[in-house]
Amino acid sequence: NIFLNICYLIGSVTFILGLKMLSHPDSARKGNKVAAFGMGLAIAATIFLYKDDHGYRLGNYGWIFAGLAIGTVLGTLAAKKVQMTAMPEMVSLFNGMGGACAMLISVIEYHHTENPPTGMLLVIVLGMIIGTVSFAGSIIAWGKLNGKIKDKVIPGAQVVNFVLWGVLLVSAVAVIGGFSQEPWLFYTILAVAAVYGVLFVMPIGGADMPVVISLLNSFTGVAAAFGGFLYNNPVMLTGGILVGSAGTILTMLMCKAMNRSLKNVLVGAFGGTKAGRPSAAG
Amino acid sequence: MDFIESLFSDPAAYRLLTIVILSIFLGVEVIGRVPSVLHTPLMSGANAIHGVVIIGAIIVMGQAPPDDYLALILGFLAVILGTLNVVGGFVVTDRMLEMFSKKKNNK
Repeated sequence: NIFLNICYLIGSVTFILGLKMLSHPDSARKGNKVAAFGMGLAIAATIFLYKDDHGYRLGNYGWIFAGLAIGTVLGTLAAKKVQMTAMPEMVSLFNGMGGACAMLISVIEYHHTENPPTGMLLVIVLGMIIGTVSFAGSIIAWGKLNGKIKDKVIPGAQVVNFVLWGVLLVSAVAVIGGFSQEPWLFYTILAVAAVYGVLFVMPIGGADMPVVISLLNSFTGVAAAFGGFLYNNPVMLTGGILVGSAGTILTMLMCKAMNRSLKNVLVGAFGGTKAGRPSAAG
Repeated sequence: MDFIESLFSDPAAYRLLTIVILSIFLGVEVIGRVPSVLHTPLMSGANAIHGVVIIGAIIVMGQAPPDDYLALILGFLAVILGTLNVVGGFVVTDRMLEMFSKKKNNK
């Protein structure tokens, strides 16, 4: 596993370098390529070199390569065809895909393991909640940016959110603490997280969407990092946490550039669609 | 509470915890002084990087028993979604930055 670990280390370093270079105008494009190279290396190394605790290699190569091929073709086509003005919504959509990916991993792992220890359940459930919120929120943000979904202030939204948080907390404690092994409780958490993701983004004005996308972006980073805990995988951990923390700072910088506070954006009451507000999308 | 204790007593868990804490600081430092024109490309680049979750999808897919259709189908879907995140993310970022460098050259 030496080669695998070397590849993962190179991957982590390229992510750091990539982010660093992406934040300077002269090196930004190169930084993106550096990070992409590291990602490719980490993925290839996982496919060919990964062995589990018992020394078994991965199987189902047909499925893996088919999935990679479909994703690559669709992703390239979508990214190449999108209009310049529609790029933020494309980013939101891709972000949602990442969140959904984290969600699916948690669902499968929950079914796989019998009597998992508390730490593992914690990682599975938290990863699923954050991934699902990010997925649902990103889809709404995408719909808002392309005009399919209108801004909507839901009456009594705060009460609803309060109830959702309550249900989420109680069922998460029940599942993680091992008080209940009922699968329906696990899926209740998933459903509530999805509803919460929708309600979270729904009242926020269209002009503030880039900020929200950036915030959801850092959520997905954290969800990816929980996957790193789950598989004891350093590159998932560094990549995820880096995006989580850099994304949070970036979200605050974007708010600052718009002369607004994050709280102001998230409360949403002021997030109208007034024309002429400087948007961070440029 | 056993879990919290194990974070500090189990060497593997402690190593991961250290990576997490250091990475948080690193993430903040590394993008500290980004000019506002680069906000959206940086967000998009970070978006592609969290696509690293694809590695989890590949592992879950590769370990799925051949007769467990739920795991196979969900895992397959996860691999596709993760790949979309990675490939789409990097390509979109590259296009944004391409536009950016063109703008700069015209000036």
